[in-house]
Amino acid sequence: MTHAQASGRPRTVYFFGTCIVDLFYPGAGLAGIKLLQSAGVEVVFPDGQSCCGQPAYNSGYLDQARAVAWAQIKLFAKDYPVVVPSGSCAGMMKTHYPGLFRGRPEQAEVEDFVARVYELTQFLVDVLDLELDDLGPPVKVTWHPSCHSMREMGVADQPKRLLHQLSKVELVELPRERECCGFGGTFSVRQPEISAAMVTDKIGAIAGTGADLVLSGDCGCLMNIGGAIEKAGGHARPLHIAEFLWERTHGRR
Amino acid sequence: MAAADFRAKAHDALGNRELRANFRRAMDGLMSKRAMLFADRTEWTALRALGAAVRARSLLRLPELLEQLETRLRDNGIQVHWAETVDDGNAIFKDILSRHGARRVVKGKSMVSEEMGLNHALEAEGIEVIEADLGEYIIQLDHETPSHIIMPAIHKNKQQIARLFSQKIKDAEYTEDVDRLTDLARRVLRRKFAAADAGISGVNAAVAETGTLVLVENEGNGRMCTTVPRLHIAVMGLEKVVERLEEVPPILSLLTRSATGQVITTYVNMISGPRKPGEKDGPEEVHLVILDNGRSRIYADPELRNTLRCIRCGACMNHCPVYTRVGGHSYPGVYPGPIGKILTPQILGLETTGDLPHASSLCNACVEVCPVEIPIASLLVRLRSEGAGKTPHGGAPVKGAGSRRKSQEDWVWRAWALVFRMPLLNRLSNFALTRFGWALPSDSPLLREWMTVRSRPRFARRSLHELVRREGIPHE
Repeated sequence: MTHAQASGRPRTVYFFGTCIVDLFYPGAGLAGIKLLQSAGVEVVFPDGQSCCGQPAYNSGYLDQARAVAWAQIKLFAKDYPVVVPSGSCAGMMKTHYPGLFRGRPEQAEVEDFVARVYELTQFLVDVLDLELDDLGPPVKVTWHPSCHSMREMGVADQPKRLLHQLSKVELVELPRERECCGFGGTFSVRQPEISAAMVTDKIGAIAGTGADLVLSGDCGCLMNIGGAIEKAGGHARPLHIAEFLWERTHGRR
Repeated sequence: MAAADFRAKAHDALGNRELRANFRRAMDGLMSKRAMLFADRTEWTALRALGAAVRARSLLRLPELLEQLETRLRDNGIQVHWAETVDDGNAIFKDILSRHGARRVVKGKSMVSEEMGLNHALEAEGIEVIEADLGEYIIQLDHETPSHIIMPAIHKNKQQIARLFSQKIKDAEYTEDVDRLTDLARRVLRRKFAAADAGISGVNAAVAETGTLVLVENEGNGRMCTTVPRLHIAVMGLEKVVERLEEVPPILSLLTRSATGQVITTYVNMISGPRKPGEKDGPEEVHLVILDNGRSRIYADPELRNTLRCIRCGACMNHCPVYTRVGGHSYPGVYPGPIGKILTPQILGLETTGDLPHASSLCNACVEVCPVEIPIASLLVRLRSEGAGKTPHGGAPVKGAGSRRKSQEDWVWRAWALVFRMPLLNRLSNFALTRFGWALPSDSPLLREWMTVRSRPRFARRSLHELVRREGIPHE
């Protein structure tokens, strides 16, 4: 049983915004916070937060990743669940923090923190059992599950269960949805041609669905996929699922 | 082979539509066949945990098990040879073959022999080596190397093979009928089996308690190579040992289901010695060459050691979005795909192959399907660290550790850590990027690569931090 479930429905949660949301998609972060608030949960956003440390970690700079990770953990010290609007950043915490701090004095605190980490849709479905009432016009969407949400956070059908609650939203399955979109941080600039081939295939598959929107729970993927769609002059608009859910249930802010 | 070759070869492969279609089609097929056989998640999880445990335990006791294996093999009449380097390995082969005056050799599929460049070494001595596995036979005809560890000719389609056979096999007519193509190869190979002085094979597992060599295959060529000629020489990497016979079935089940989507292979060979008096077939002499080639060094590090769990099923490459697009020939060394990205740099050194661990989006598709739970993504990160000269565990560094270190990169990450560790600096930097980020030049190296197929990322006008403050959300 997970932390939040063990202690029942939590009254307060921490929100970890992530650096990409902070700088590029703040609307996604804010929508995530509002979804939580609308479910009756108090949201605390520790002001000193910045980044989970994944960029340095993935580049092999573990000391730098550890320093940044520890700076975050200290800010999330109370017993609240930590909700993250990104499978990749949550996955960094859940999967890689324990190893980064193994055998170090901070280990116990890190493990306590890690046990409280949730990806947003996981938290909305598994813990809050969120119910949605669709107010928007009919629209066709497709879903891009991010690699790390699936394979590091174990996010399964939670996002689709949320989308299926929306009566006027048609969800079209994305062919090869489990295949990476090709961003991978520095991979996209160290192997730009392979990354380009991957995202080109991905946006081809998205175009094939005829969807008006491509939704994801990870803004890294959205930046990659959305950037490629825009460059290619494609149709589908990239949107974070939190923003989409908020728009559908509360209208445009 | 220089690492820069990977990017150059990947470039060529990406532009080759036929090649990409061949890989895409083949990998799609392999993925769906595997998925059908692991549809029961509970069974998969349990079997995989068992496989991982068997392999981890074998590695934990590797020196002891190898000694036991050698003793049991000798008891069974199998001669054991140790090769520290590929040159040592090739020399052992040459020596055994020359003592028997062997000039014609048939060979079953073996990636370790590819690692050794065994065919070239033997051909240089005037020995004819015929690859007897159909895929290996195809690429040998075309003077190519395997593009996949299980299906070496998977980069070719039916039409390409039809052309090749009609050109290279005497009196062969052009046909795209797969059965007739197979029959053509079979007719050639049957004659070779009958005439061979020696057979060479690989090994899928060596059992320490019984001194048994296990070899799985689908074409019967492995059995021919190991039973028809008077001399059989098997070759394996030193990690292939398991302790008990009862550990073989789970390993084989994971191997064949992961590799080809088969519950079991057509042939499962259990080789336990040369022909005994009164037996009608089997070789008169059986040898096993055990190759190190850097494996001891990998073994010495408890984290990197997990690389040696590999049972060579190829599932990691079948599921790899990079491998699927660039194919096996883009990779330096003989092991392509995710396993190659962690194994090759440790064997050949990071000086020449340090780019390989970076040629991954860390999507974890390989980790998800690895039947022995090799933490491939974590090992890729470890090797990235090693390349940058940051050995995290204070253990024996990988060959070529630090050779990819760039002081500029060190500086970037130090500055990055400072900005993301210090809230005030982060606030300043966020302010600057949201207000003036648009002014960053589009021709800076990172943006230029990004923008080849993507539009320029646009910074928000206000950061989430600012929106949170504006909305009055508690931000202690």
